[in-house]
Amino acid sequence: MSRLTDRALVLFSVCVYLFLYAPIAVLIFFSFNAGDSTQNWRGFSTRWYGELLRDQTVLDAFYNSLVVGLSATAFATVIGTLAALALSRHDFRGKTAADSTIYAATVMPEIVVGVSLLSFFVAAGVGLGITTIVVAHVAFTISFVTIVVRARLTGMDPAFEEAAQDLGAPPVTTFFRVTLPLILPGVMAGGLLAFTLSFDDFVITFFVSGVGSSTLPLKIYSMIKFGVTPVINALSTVVVLVTLVIILGAGRFFSRDETAKTGP
Amino acid sequence: MRGARKGWSLGLAGLLAPAALWLGLFFVAPLLIILVYSFGTSGVYGGITLGFNPGNYLNVFDPLYLEIIGRTFVIAATNTLICLLLGYPLAYFIALKGGRWRNVLILLVVVPFWTSFLIRAYAWVVILNGNGLANKALQFLGVTDQPLTLIFTPQAVTMGMAYAYLPFMILPLYAALEKFDVSLKEASQDLGASRWQTFWRVTFPLSTPGVVAGSILVFIPSAGEFVIPDLLGGSRSLMVGNLVQQQFLQARDWAFGSALAMLLAVLLVGAITFYVRRVGAEKLEEA
Amino acid sequence: MERGTRLRRVTRGEFLRLAGAGALAGSTLSVLAACTANTTQQQGGGGGGGDEKVLNFYNWSEYVAEGTIPGFEEEFGVKVTQDFYNSNEELLAKLQAGGSGYDVIVPSDYMVSAMISEDILLRLDRARIPNFENLSEDFRGLPYDPNTAYSITYQWGTTGILYNTEAVDEEVTGLDALWDERYRGRIGMLDDVREAFGASLKRLGYSLNSKDAAELDEAQAQLEEQKPLLRGYFASPEATDLVIGGDLVLTQAFSGEALTAVGENDNLAYVIPAEGATRWTDCLAIPKSAPHQEMAYRFLNYILDPEVGAELSNYTYYGTPNKAALPMIDEEARDDPAIYPPPEVAENLEVIEDLGEATRDYERRFTEVKSA
Repeated sequence: MSRLTDRALVLFSVCVYLFLYAPIAVLIFFSFNAGDSTQNWRGFSTRWYGELLRDQTVLDAFYNSLVVGLSATAFATVIGTLAALALSRHDFRGKTAADSTIYAATVMPEIVVGVSLLSFFVAAGVGLGITTIVVAHVAFTISFVTIVVRARLTGMDPAFEEAAQDLGAPPVTTFFRVTLPLILPGVMAGGLLAFTLSFDDFVITFFVSGVGSSTLPLKIYSMIKFGVTPVINALSTVVVLVTLVIILGAGRFFSRDETAKTGP
Repeated sequence: MRGARKGWSLGLAGLLAPAALWLGLFFVAPLLIILVYSFGTSGVYGGITLGFNPGNYLNVFDPLYLEIIGRTFVIAATNTLICLLLGYPLAYFIALKGGRWRNVLILLVVVPFWTSFLIRAYAWVVILNGNGLANKALQFLGVTDQPLTLIFTPQAVTMGMAYAYLPFMILPLYAALEKFDVSLKEASQDLGASRWQTFWRVTFPLSTPGVVAGSILVFIPSAGEFVIPDLLGGSRSLMVGNLVQQQFLQARDWAFGSALAMLLAVLLVGAITFYVRRVGAEKLEEA
Repeated sequence: MERGTRLRRVTRGEFLRLAGAGALAGSTLSVLAACTANTTQQQGGGGGGGDEKVLNFYNWSEYVAEGTIPGFEEEFGVKVTQDFYNSNEELLAKLQAGGSGYDVIVPSDYMVSAMISEDILLRLDRARIPNFENLSEDFRGLPYDPNTAYSITYQWGTTGILYNTEAVDEEVTGLDALWDERYRGRIGMLDDVREAFGASLKRLGYSLNSKDAAELDEAQAQLEEQKPLLRGYFASPEATDLVIGGDLVLTQAFSGEALTAVGENDNLAYVIPAEGATRWTDCLAIPKSAPHQEMAYRFLNYILDPEVGAELSNYTYYGTPNKAALPMIDEEARDDPAIYPPPEVAENLEVIEDLGEATRDYERRFTEVKSA
C-alpha cells in the first residue's frame, strides 16, 4: 500500500516537472529554427546562436539583468530574513501595521509601484539607472522573502536556541550557528524567489530604468511590436543549459546526508 | 504565539530596522503618493492635479468594474487552489523523499523561471495551437480526429496562471515541510495510525504555515495579473490588472487608476489579514 | 547531531561557510558592477547643448536596419545607446515624470500631438536639418504636427487585413471579411482600442476619429457582435504568426510584418480595405530635456539621408517618407500597392488623431466590449 502511494507520488512529481519544463523544450527546439519565428518551424539552423553573439543589445541587457538580480537578491534576502525573525518571534505594538505593510507590498499592482517609484525618484532628484532598478527590486521582493522565511520559522521549536543560550552562547553566535542553519532552507527558498522575481520583472523595471540600463525583460517585451526572434530562444537555451549543468554537476556539493538532518 | 517576546526591545528594533527603512522609503512613501493621486484629478494627457476629488472612487463602484474585480478574485482563488493541489505533493516529495537531492530538486523547480515568462507563454501557444504538440498527441492517441481549440480559451488562462505561480506555492511549502521531523511520522505510525491518518493529522497540520504563506504568495499576485489573460486568453476578458494598466497608460487617467489600485490593495490586504488570523493562528494554536 | 557516513561529504558547516562566502562574494561583485555600470549613465534633466560624443536613442525594438546605428556611429565618431519601449503610452508616462536622459525618441502620430500639448518636445530648428528637403510633401503639415515643427516622419504604414488565400473563399477587399460568420473562431483583431474601433467605424462609413456618441454606440455594438466570431485580440506580430501557423485565417495587422509574412508564405495576402484604413506614422522627435541636442539634430539629419532611409525601409518593409530615398527602395516594395498605395486607395486612409478627453470614453467602451 505504501509502495503504491510512494510510486504515485513519484509519478505525480515527474508529471509536474514535465509540465514546468514543456515550454522549455519548445524554447530549445525553436532556438534552432531556420526561420524568423518562435512559433513556426522552418527547418534546422544554428544561426541564432551566432546572432546572439553578435547582438550587443541582448547581451548587455542580459548582463544588466544578472547584476540587478544578484544585487537585489543579496539585499532582499538579508533584510527580509531579519524582518521575518522580528515578526515571528516578537509581539509588539504596531505589529498588525507591520504585517499589513508586508502583505501590501505584494499586493500592489506593478504599474502602481512603478509609476509611484518613478515619481518618487524624480521628485528626489535621483538619476535613473541600475541603482534605482536595484532599489526598486529590493523593495518589491523583501516581502516575498519575509513571508517564505516566516513560514519556516513559525512553529519552530525555540528549544535549540534556548539551549545554546543556556550554554552561554552570545546572541550573535546563537544566530549564526543555530538559528541560521535551521532556517537556511527557508532563506534559500526566499532568495530563489526574490531572484526569479527580479530577473523577469518588466513593469517596475521599465519605469525606474535609465539610459543604458535596459534589462532583459525590457528588451524582450519591447520586441513584441516586431516579433520576437529566436535570438531570445538561443539565449534562454544557453541560460537553462548552463544553469542545469552547474546545478547537476555541483550536485555533490549541494547534497546533504539524510542522517545529518534528523534532530539530536 | 509560543515563545514570543512581548514589547519593543533594542534587538527587535535592530531586526526590523532595515526592512522598515527600505520599505518605508521605497514602498510606503511612493504608496502615499498614489493615495494622494487617487484623490486628484487627471490631466487630459496623464499627469495629475492634486486636490480632493472623491469622484474617482465613485467611478470605481460601477457595475462594469465591480464585475471585473469580482471575476478576478474568483480566478485568483481558483488558481490558489490549483497551485496547492499541484504543488503540495511535489513539495512533499522533495522535502520528505528527496533525500540528498533535495536542494537540486528544489532548484530545478525554479530554473525554468529564469527564462523570460513571455517567451514561455508563447511556447504554450505553440504547444496548444492547431498544429501544436498537444493536438498532434491527441490525434495520434485517437482521442479526437479534428484539432481542438485549446489555446485562447479560459481553460488556457487557468492553466497558464497555474503554470506561472506554481513556484510561489512550492517554495514556501518546501521551506515549511523541510523542517518536518521524520521521527514524528514514525512515532505516529508506531502508535497504529495509517499513512493517510498520519498525513492528515500530523504532517499536514505542521505544514500549515507553508500552506498559508504559499496561498498568500499565489493569491495576491494572481489578482494583479495582466499578462496571461492577454497572451493565453486572446485578450478576450479583462482582469483588474489589465484595468489598472489601461488606466495608467492608454486612458492616461492616473487618478482613477490610483483609486482602483488602492481599492484592490485594501480588499486584498483585508482578505489576507482575515485569512491569516483565522486559519493561520488557529492551526498554530493547535500545533 | 549525527554527521555523515564514512564517505566524507561536505559537512553542513562547510557547506554553509561556502554558501555564505559565495553569496558575499557574489553580491559584492554585483554591487561593484552596479556602481560602475551606473557611473557611465548619462543624466537627463534640462536640455543641454552637451557636446559629448554620445546619443541616447529611445526606440521601438527591431526598428533600425543593421547598418543604421553603426553607420551613424562611424560617420560622427559617436557612441549610441539604444533603449527600448513597448508602447507610446509607456513612453509618455516615462517622459512626463521628467528628465529621462533620452535625446531622440520615436512616438507615433497621435502621441506627437499629445506630447506637443504637454510641452515635452523641442521645437525643431530646420536650419540644423539640411536634409529636411528630402521629406516628401505628403508627410509635411500632417494634422498631429501642423507645421512639421516638432517631428520628422520616420516610417509609415497602414493597418489592413492579412489573410490566408487558400482558406478564404474569395478575394478579400473590405472589412466585411472580418465580420464573416463563415470564419467563426478564426478571425483576429488588434488589441488596440483605436485600431479596433477604427475598423468598426470605417465599416459604418464614419471617421475613425469620431467623437459622436451615436456613431460610437453603433461601432461598439458592431464590435460586440463581432466578438463571438473572434479568436481573440492580439498584438500584430502574434496575429501574423497565427495566420502563418493556420490558427487564424483573417486578421487585422500592421503592413510591415504582414508584408514580411506575405513575402515568405505563398498562401498569404495583405490588403488595404476599400472602406478605408489607418495610415499611421512613427516620427523622430527630440525631447526638450535631451542632454545632447547637437547629436540629436545630426541623427535626425542622418536618417533623412536617402541611402540611410532606403536601407531602413528595405529592412522594415514599411513606407519611407523620404522622396530622395524612393529610387533606392527595392523595386518589388516600390511597386507594391500595399506599401505605397495608389491615390484612389490613399484617399481613404485616415491618420489617427489624439482625441484628448474622448480617449477615456473609447477606453471605457473597449472595456465594455471585452467584458461582453
